[in-house]
Amino acid sequence: MPTFVYMTRCDGCGHCVDICPSDIMHIDKTYRRAYNIEPNMCWECYSCIKACPQNAIDDRGYADFAPMGHSVRVLREPEKGTISWKLKFRDGTVKEFVSPIRTTEWGSIPSAETYNAPKSNEYKTQELSHEPDALNLEDGLPALVPDQLEKYSVPNAVGHNSKSKQLKQEAV
Amino acid sequence: MGLFGGRKTITVDTDILVIGGGMAGCGATYESRFWGRDLKVVTVEKANIERSGAVAQGLYAINCYMGMQWDENQPEDFVRYARNDLMGLTREDLSYDIARHVDSTVHKFDEWGLPIMRDPETGRYQREGKWQIMIHGESYKPIVAEAARKAADEVYNRIMVTHLLKDKNNANRVSGAVGFNVRTGDFYVFRAKAVIVSAGGASHIFKPRAVGEGMGRTWYAPWSSASAYALPILAGAKMTQMENRIVLCRFKDGYGPVGAYFLHLKTYTENAYGENYEKTWYEHTKNLVGDYIDREPTPTCLRNHAFHEEMRAGRGPIRMVTKEAFQDPHKETVGWENFLGMTIGQAVVWASQNIDPKHTNPELTTSEPYVMGSHATCSGAWASGPEDYAPDEYQWGYNRMMTVDGLFGAGDTIGGTAHKFSSGSFTEGRIAAKAAVNYVNDLKDQPEVCEQEYQELEEIIYQPLENYRVGRNEIVAGTVSPSYMLPIQGLQRLEKIMDEYVGGISVGYVTNEPMLERGLEHLQMLKEDIPHLGAEDLHQLQRAWELHHRVLASECVTQHTLFRKETRWPGYYYRGDHPKLDDKDWHCLTLSQYDKENDSWQMDKAPVYHIVN
Ligand SMILES: Cc1cc2nc3c(=O)[nH]c(=O)nc-3n(C[C@H](O)[C@H](O)[C@H](O)COP(=O)(O)OP(=O)(O)OC[C@H]3O[C@@H](n4cnc5c(N)ncnc54)[C@H](O)[C@@H]3O)c2cc1C
Ligand code: SF4
Ligand code: SF4
Repeated sequence: MPTFVYMTRCDGCGHCVDICPSDIMHIDKTYRRAYNIEPNMCWECYSCIKACPQNAIDDRGYADFAPMGHSVRVLREPEKGTISWKLKFRDGTVKEFVSPIRTTEWGSIPSAETYNAPKSNEYKTQELSHEPDALNLEDGLPALVPDQLEKYSVPNAVGHNSKSKQLKQEAV
Repeated sequence: MGLFGGRKTITVDTDILVIGGGMAGCGATYESRFWGRDLKVVTVEKANIERSGAVAQGLYAINCYMGMQWDENQPEDFVRYARNDLMGLTREDLSYDIARHVDSTVHKFDEWGLPIMRDPETGRYQREGKWQIMIHGESYKPIVAEAARKAADEVYNRIMVTHLLKDKNNANRVSGAVGFNVRTGDFYVFRAKAVIVSAGGASHIFKPRAVGEGMGRTWYAPWSSASAYALPILAGAKMTQMENRIVLCRFKDGYGPVGAYFLHLKTYTENAYGENYEKTWYEHTKNLVGDYIDREPTPTCLRNHAFHEEMRAGRGPIRMVTKEAFQDPHKETVGWENFLGMTIGQAVVWASQNIDPKHTNPELTTSEPYVMGSHATCSGAWASGPEDYAPDEYQWGYNRMMTVDGLFGAGDTIGGTAHKFSSGSFTEGRIAAKAAVNYVNDLKDQPEVCEQEYQELEEIIYQPLENYRVGRNEIVAGTVSPSYMLPIQGLQRLEKIMDEYVGGISVGYVTNEPMLERGLEHLQMLKEDIPHLGAEDLHQLQRAWELHHRVLASECVTQHTLFRKETRWPGYYYRGDHPKLDDKDWHCLTLSQYDKENDSWQMDKAPVYHIVN
């Protein structure tokens, strides 16, 4: 559903322009308010709608398959940690839903830098950051025994195909 | 210099450059900082990492989680699952690598504040299916972006990267990238020691079912513009399995997801006459693919195949039977929130068409094809595998390094590793980043950018603005010009070629050698016209470069489709001249390499290693 902007509500703040992943919310030069410059490249992702402080943006289902008279409205409240939806069907049926969006404070994720610096002998191992601890496994990071390998030799166009077992000598 | 004569050239020096701040790019940024404490880490993104990529509107499930801590699955199980779903052909070394690390990624997401649902009885993550766990993921992307922003030295939003740069002294080594700022028009030259490409998959390669205003309602995001493929292709990196495009079975028109419906809500499909049609096509499918049809779970493409056949037999529409499940209010809520959390457009379609699944069984459809590397498909760049067990032929350097030195990739970018999804893509970004840090730390000499190379690119990059400025004077008004082509016109031409010749919806996903050859002729002419794109403004300049990337990726897809003389994945596409699966000649991976100087493609086969039994 491509978005559109209500003339009387938009104050031209540009939040929608800043967020749209498709780069299609732009400020009209004459009216100094936002509008969707390319509705056929809109994914109905609602990023702009969620970001608009004035609730000035709405959408109307794509003209090629959505009959008129419906609405799907959203209110995202980061400080409360919720998102609320109100769906109105063409026939007037209404449905409402509320979901949590985050369980921690915004901005609370520790920077990767705040963890102890890795030791020099950890660079050439297979463990990534926070591993093995973050895996919650007693035996640590799983690994494969290299000699399990079974190779299908490259089949060629004339039909030579031998399914051979190849053993790899040792891990690098 | 035309419209934007005042533009500046801005040079950014960095140790590690991450291109594309989606799931994989955010993972790569985080991990680069963790290991590269005194390295400079820069992330460049064409949109705004707060809401960019395929996860912009959120997700309602994490589709790749082992649950090793509760012994739910082991990495070996995942390798078997992905291999089976892809009809035997994956890079099992890479799959195993994703699987063994992915749980630590998900545990971090949990700690960071992503609401993951829990099973009230066991206290474990709520399973949607064997591999999927359910989340309230509206803010999945903002949460992941917060971690990336804190990790990066700099994040550059709204810069469209157009080309990679090569080292002045080593033609097979990367030295950075160039692009332009979509807001200011400034030209950016990034000089980097290692580059990680994580620029997402490709929509709008094939003509979408939705038309006109609805054209943006593709399953994968319209901004997934194939840069992940075009950037490495142009740099001479090898690509793999590019023929392995994916077709999705989804709710009609909105392409709303079906996973939770099948797995969690236990809904099922039937044809227009209330029959279970899948078993009708068993013998027919067996004749095409042999015992692959007997595997569990049934490969995704084969389920699509039954859908296509049933529709062709005139027994559509196929419907999802929801009426029973939706009588349960909890299930009804899950069904709706599933859309609102990741494909809002489907909720809009149902509201507009008065479809309440409590009372109506909604229609399904199969989508146009997409090219990507993280879903039930594995197109992408050919990458080196993990050092501890990858077979020699899969290993030539650092983990996830492509066949160009210093060039790494993750997520949709990397081929051979299906079923990574959001969590696996982030994980692969982490894997690539640790390897890239090692690469930078081990470097003996530094790569150098070639000034002449980027100055020539600068001219090419801005040419569409100039074309428009000059050509616009020839005509009174409107969109029709004899001397330039608008990006949307080129895009629709591309989609039509790919659709009709390379196996899109209008031909029932069928192609053959003569069709592919003819398609390549059309693509060649489109390529010749690309320098004549006209861009009215910077936004259109972005569209011009997105088109450029899509065309190059499309050519690669077509070359691969021509090369593989079998129908490996019926339901994704069919080679009419080779209608059967052929394990004798084609139980292998396909490789391509583009030669820019000669504008030619080298095709090859690579062996498949089955590393778990
Ligand atoms: C409708 C839908 C439903 C899905 N459902 C699920 C699900 O339930 N569970 C799950 O786990 N996964 C799901 N996925 C899959 C998941 O979203 C992807 O696997 C994942 O996002 C891929 O990560 P990525 O980093 O490779 O690509 P993306 O996340 O798409 O990131 C690519 C980034 O690169 C940027 N970029 C592109 N080109 C350029 C350029 N030239 N210059 C600069 N930047 C560029 C883009 O703007 C974007 O930010 C779903 C996807 C879709 C579309
Ligand atoms: S965010 Fe809302 S108020 Fe601000 S420019 Fe956009 S539509 Fe107008
Ligand atoms: S819904 Fe999404 S794609 Fe459409 S204008 Fe808003 S932010 Fe852009």
